[in-house]
Amino acid sequence: MKSLTTAPNLPAPPRPTQATAPSATGRERFASLLQRHGAFAVLVALVLVSTFVFPSFGTLDNAQNVAVQASFIAVVALGMTLVIITGGIDLSVGSVFALGGVLAAWASQYGFWAALLLPLVVCGAIGTLNGLLIARAGMAPFIVTLATLLGARGLLLALTHEGATTYLVPRDSAFAELGQGTVGGFGYPVLVALALFAVGGVVLQRTSFGQSLFAVGGSADAATLMGLPVARTRVLVYLVSGLLAGFAGALNAARLSSGVTIIGSGMELDAIAAVVIGGTLLTGGAGSVSGTLWGVLLLAVIQNLINQIGSLNSSYQSVVSGGFLIVVVVAQRYLARARRT
Amino acid sequence: MTQLSPALGRRAVRLAAPAWFQKYGVYTAVAALLVYNAAFTDHFLTAANLRTQLVQVAPVVIVALGMALVIGTEGVDLSVGSTMALATALLPLYLGYGIVPALLVALVAGVVVGAVNGTLVAVVGLQPIVATLALFVGGRGLALVMADGQLKQIENADLLALGSGEVLGIPDVVLIAGVLALVVAGVVHRTTFGRQLVAVGGNRAAARLAGLPVTRVLIGVYVLCGVLAALAGVLATARLTASDPSALGNLMELSAITAVVVGGTPLTGGSVRVLGTVTGALLMQLLRATLVKHDLPDSTAQMAQAAIILVAVYVARERRSR
Amino acid sequence: MAPSEAAIATPHPGADGAAPPAVLEAVGVGKRFAGVVALDDVSLTLRRGEIHALVGENGAGKSTLIKVLTGVHRPDSGELRLGGEPVSFARPHEAQQAGVSTIYQEVNLVPMMSVARNIFLGREPRNRLRLIDFPRMHREAADLLADFGVTADVRRPLNTLGVGTQQMVALARAVSVQARVVVMDEPTSALEPREVETLFRVIEDLHSRDIAILYVSHRMDELYRICERVTVLRDGRLVHTGDLAGLDRTQLVSMMLGREVSEVRRHGVTRFGGAHDAAREPVLTAEGLSRRHLLDEVSLHLRPGEVLGLGGLLGSGRTETAKALAGALPLDSGTVSVGGRELRRLSPAAAIRAGISLLSEDRKAEGIVPGLSVRENIVLAAMPRLSRSGIVSRKQQDRIVEIFMERLRIKASGPEQKVEELSGGNQQKVLLARWLCLEPKVLLLDEPTRGIDVGAKAEVQALIDELAQEGLAVLLISSDVEELVEGADRLVVLRGGAVAGELAGDLVNEADLLDALAAHTPEPSAPASEPAASGPPASGPPTSGPSAPGPSASEPRVDAPPSAPHTDKEQP
Repeated sequence: MKSLTTAPNLPAPPRPTQATAPSATGRERFASLLQRHGAFAVLVALVLVSTFVFPSFGTLDNAQNVAVQASFIAVVALGMTLVIITGGIDLSVGSVFALGGVLAAWASQYGFWAALLLPLVVCGAIGTLNGLLIARAGMAPFIVTLATLLGARGLLLALTHEGATTYLVPRDSAFAELGQGTVGGFGYPVLVALALFAVGGVVLQRTSFGQSLFAVGGSADAATLMGLPVARTRVLVYLVSGLLAGFAGALNAARLSSGVTIIGSGMELDAIAAVVIGGTLLTGGAGSVSGTLWGVLLLAVIQNLINQIGSLNSSYQSVVSGGFLIVVVVAQRYLARARRT
Repeated sequence: MTQLSPALGRRAVRLAAPAWFQKYGVYTAVAALLVYNAAFTDHFLTAANLRTQLVQVAPVVIVALGMALVIGTEGVDLSVGSTMALATALLPLYLGYGIVPALLVALVAGVVVGAVNGTLVAVVGLQPIVATLALFVGGRGLALVMADGQLKQIENADLLALGSGEVLGIPDVVLIAGVLALVVAGVVHRTTFGRQLVAVGGNRAAARLAGLPVTRVLIGVYVLCGVLAALAGVLATARLTASDPSALGNLMELSAITAVVVGGTPLTGGSVRVLGTVTGALLMQLLRATLVKHDLPDSTAQMAQAAIILVAVYVARERRSR
Repeated sequence: MAPSEAAIATPHPGADGAAPPAVLEAVGVGKRFAGVVALDDVSLTLRRGEIHALVGENGAGKSTLIKVLTGVHRPDSGELRLGGEPVSFARPHEAQQAGVSTIYQEVNLVPMMSVARNIFLGREPRNRLRLIDFPRMHREAADLLADFGVTADVRRPLNTLGVGTQQMVALARAVSVQARVVVMDEPTSALEPREVETLFRVIEDLHSRDIAILYVSHRMDELYRICERVTVLRDGRLVHTGDLAGLDRTQLVSMMLGREVSEVRRHGVTRFGGAHDAAREPVLTAEGLSRRHLLDEVSLHLRPGEVLGLGGLLGSGRTETAKALAGALPLDSGTVSVGGRELRRLSPAAAIRAGISLLSEDRKAEGIVPGLSVRENIVLAAMPRLSRSGIVSRKQQDRIVEIFMERLRIKASGPEQKVEELSGGNQQKVLLARWLCLEPKVLLLDEPTRGIDVGAKAEVQALIDELAQEGLAVLLISSDVEELVEGADRLVVLRGGAVAGELAGDLVNEADLLDALAAHTPEPSAPASEPAASGPPASGPPTSGPSAPGPSASEPRVDAPPSAPHTDKEQP
């Protein structure tokens, strides 16, 4: 492709035209910064303030606690981030998370690998089904994953005799260790989640697959005409989301030593909230996994703080999350406008 | 935005069979279910059973009517279940002043929720899913905070009468749902508000340039949806004879969206099918009842529901000539 | 325009007069969409290194043929041959792999991604770890773009650049793959004259490297300037293929239209009548309309019974002016008065109440409501007037709809047919009816004939004439210079969001309009006597024939401000 730039026949290049657009103005840059790192800034501020205000907050113990609790939703939100960047949405992750936990707990009697692989296979299949219906049959992501939310929960109920049976993970098994073991005080789930985020970040920013996620979300028609495998990208991203949700469920089952059946309801919305707070556009085409990590942590810290203030009803958690969500999305909206003018 | 853009010049061509299915499939399915049950299920086509089914489906129908309007504007309202919870949490707090003030307060809660949703969508310009997600998350929390997280028995005779009363053998709840369906159908087809709603859903930019009060229409639609959800919450509370904000209206957004979609209203806006929506709610109710009567567990019912949604959306999807 | 014409339009030197071999052929291609024939037994041969024009009216099948050639659609019958061998492209990707690149009419890139990412999407340079090598990608993208006269920061998101620059990025992407064939679908429709020159220079370069180009355009001048051969389609069928050089323009047009040459001649190119008698008192007066980056103190007035043409190049603020008048563009300052009364809050609803109607440029996005019937689309704006206390009156609606369907000759199976099923021209008439049934005092028409077939175009033009005669004040925006000159009684020329001058009386002619447009390019930093430096003398927009003298900065016909004060940033 360099041949053109050195083509001898090309007449003298015309003088630069209008394209010498002025570099980003300060305001533009600020808006862009806030959009990308706003969640991080708020998180840092909140943590700093809380450390001074609540003596029990700034302890290592509490940090480990928050980290472990956040790690499961973080893994789910990672998959959600990728889906949302393609302009889609995956509402089935909560059910798939619960299903993954039940499958892992049931399979743990057959050993470590069975407990890990069975949920991945089944949840991957559900993700693939989502992807195929969305990408190949052209159905709306919102409604397809709503249906599989129901379907996965139905499957879970069928497996557990209408929720009457709770499968237990054998004590001291390697699988239970995966959920409960620690390194330097931080549980394996935390490390696993961090590793997945690192991989997710590289995949998103530095691979062709990552680029095609942005392209599909930014303009699916353009991506098609540019020769990108749009349908395949979509199927893959839902597959990844299903896999991650199932894996998070399995991890959670290992930590709790059982496949809890009533878990995961509403988790999809927490995950979406974290992704949006992290600066990923719900309309697709822009976003980052690091932002999602901060979004997840931010919500986890808020929950932790509400627990710290003993007098508060735990229902305040959802009130605060809801209010926070409004503030963030409204702010994003105005920031986006500020950037455009 | 991107997925529906006609930039590739694909012509949306509906083939004859799916178009028919989308229009009349839901009625056929209800008829088929009734015929099947008449033949194979004992005690199904009895007045008592049908009455039970209708009473159970009434709140879903009422919420789904509001949802159909919202979906007609290319929106969606996830907060309906939380609105029901808010309504039910407020009722016992004001029943001391009599049923009318309590009812009004509950409905005002619906108006407020709708106004917030509508403002976020129409003025701020958020996507409906995000805008209503906030109140979906926060609304139930608020309801629980107000009710102190507790279930309260309802003792007010007027309210209980609303739940169990009947006119000419038809339960009040069913009657209200029926009347509301007629009213909503009239609004959609015969009023300027209804036609403007459909136009806003079909092409918002064009509606704005044509001088339509787009903001007002959108806010109005979400307010209507909120009020209908709050009313459904009141009726459901009356039926249950208890106010339980932690459970009431759970997954209601799902049932309502399902009823609307199964009833043939496209998620892409620009069309509202009221009768279809009512029938869609009925279909899901009858299906569950049929499965229960045949001793099939809840898990099967959920999976069947999932399959039906997928089929309905598959049939309704934009056909592309590729 | 002589030098360039000579340079490009010389037939490519084949093997001593023998035609060069075919690179890409379509043989007897047929394609139907749900029973409707889009292409019927169409054949097209692209020879190595030729520039081949593809022309036809809307609906002739050009787009479908292009999409078949580039792998978007698969033909139902017939076959494609690449270098003589039969091929079948399942996806656009396969066509690109095989060396067939395409630039689409609307820029088809991803707006939020950076320029460099757009250029290399799907074939990013990798480093040893198989990860994307961003430094190299940015360097190569910048090098590539420099040849197209674009020096923007390649890391900027594409949507922060102007439309013309975006088109250049699309072009850079298309030619940076090892293409054997480049298909260009109306590549100049969003370009300014200077960018058109750059494009032609690139085409010349491709030509010299034996790359075949299929060039689709409605602009006759461009076709005759750069193309060697032409293929004409009509109603999905092949009408003519042959050399362009010997083909008379009128003949070409008549083949496209399927009409007799004499008929075309008799009607002329447009259907406008003569001048109108305008009243003295203006019905609409706009003072100092300003909006940051878009409009700068635009003032104009419109009298009943006149057609005021609004001229200007892309990004000059024509559409923005019309939108501002119709209350659809929030203003920083400025007033609009109708009948001497100033409008207080500018909004579309307020403007409509005052009697201003705007026929928007974008019929699909801002005009029709696709799922609604013809009837409901017509009465959309008038609905409150056709209803009592919020209840719509079908009887009144039907009466109005009947009148307008008849008067505008809207071809539909009936008022209840969905508007999305109509042709573009009939959709445009439905929109006109929507505005006319409001009985406006002022009608703003933004590109009323763009993208509609010739028959409907003539009808719309005749209608504009008639409306002005009936006393309506009409503002006409058109990038078709002929249409503007023949349709308007008076012309206001915009440049860089400001009024650059006004032409009235005898000055309303193509030559003077082109002078006014080209007297100064809308580029803030460019020196005044710019065009002579880089291009052929006539770098103005397409004109018919060599009538336009080269724009000379020495004798400006209009009083132009010395430089346009704004960075001409177009919003996509």
